[in-house]
Amino acid sequence: MNSARPSPKKVKAQVHASARNLWSGILFGLGLVAFFDEAVFHQLLHWHHFYDKSTTGIGLVSDGLFHAFSCFATIASLFMLADLRRRQALRLKRWWGGVFLGAGGFQLYDGMVQHKWMRLHQIRYEVDLLPYDVIWNVAAALLIILGMVMIARTHKESLQGESRS
Amino acid sequence: MHTSAADHTGGLWFEFWPALFFVAFAVMYLDAAGKSNGRFRKWPVYRSLCWCGGVGSVALGAGGFTAGPIHLGFVAHMTEHMLLGMIAPLLIVMAAPITLALRLLPTQWARRVTHFMNLPLIRILVHPVTAAFLNTGGMWLLYTTPLYEVMHGSSMVYFLVHLHFFLSGYLAAASILYVDPVSHRFSFSFRAVVLILSSAAHSILSKIVYFSPPPGVPVEEAQAGAQLMYYGGDVIEVALITIFCFQWYRAVQVRRRGSNGFSRP
Repeated sequence: MNSARPSPKKVKAQVHASARNLWSGILFGLGLVAFFDEAVFHQLLHWHHFYDKSTTGIGLVSDGLFHAFSCFATIASLFMLADLRRRQALRLKRWWGGVFLGAGGFQLYDGMVQHKWMRLHQIRYEVDLLPYDVIWNVAAALLIILGMVMIARTHKESLQGESRS
Repeated sequence: MHTSAADHTGGLWFEFWPALFFVAFAVMYLDAAGKSNGRFRKWPVYRSLCWCGGVGSVALGAGGFTAGPIHLGFVAHMTEHMLLGMIAPLLIVMAAPITLALRLLPTQWARRVTHFMNLPLIRILVHPVTAAFLNTGGMWLLYTTPLYEVMHGSSMVYFLVHLHFFLSGYLAAASILYVDPVSHRFSFSFRAVVLILSSAAHSILSKIVYFSPPPGVPVEEAQAGAQLMYYGGDVIEVALITIFCFQWYRAVQVRRRGSNGFSRP
């Protein structure tokens, strides 16, 4: 199987590249959902409010931090992607796995912590919330599962790939 | 809002002088860029454009259309604030005026400039954390204390607040983006954290303004102004982050030359 063992430096680089592919994807997924949330639910549908009177102080801080972080994450992750391509270390399937995991993770956090616990805002107003909440959070969970399956598969492939090279 | 006769003449003054001064500033820079082209590597055209745009934004924000301390409403104030405190500083940082000045100044003067930039006080001022505090903290003071109302009663306070908007905005942008030479550089990750925290403080403050308007500002005006502050701030932040990340992307390439891979992250 291992005819020529790769140098320690190369293995380190591959592990680093593998983690970076994942992180770049996760950050992009997170930023993408935050952007989607802002553009579709706040701006187009007006389902979410700019400011909800039930928001607590900690909710406001959390919202501001997440807003700033997701903005940074979207842009930074794409530059990371460009950097991986430049180094010829890009593994698109692993990157997409990260995107789904990041997107689902953010949506679940938004749905459970920000909507329910901190009560920043609700998905809609003056309607029965239950179906909306269920769809929102189940979709988030499905995205997380899809992402994790893809990441696990590319993890196996990468191990085989590394022992082959 | 009380606007005295003195404020009105102040308004006229504010309308005229920026135009003249700022045309002179633009001409000086373009002249310097021309001279630099004769002696050194070509000075990029985009930098000259950034300078003219930056100087123009200062002129507009300093009173071109909002005419000094006459109270024109919160949305107009917020437009001024964006021009003076965000758009102009970013453009002026991108124009690299200190680099251009260092190219053309006689050696002795250039040494004095670099010596000045190395003074402990200046180093504290251009520290990313200090700059962020001066910038966001100043805004916090203006919108959550009676300062906003005081400002509209006094030309002096009005001028100082707007000067602070511009200078602290410049410091904040310059301490995140290293376009001009900096004596002590901070890592990309440190600056990224400062950038995220200060832009979070900005968006939190805009929501605070939305639900508790500064004294003397009607609720509808405060809400419109707060949304302008929030989304306008986003546009500038996206520009700032993109330039910041591009600097990272380029720096990593330079460092990587010679060694291939991730051995030096």
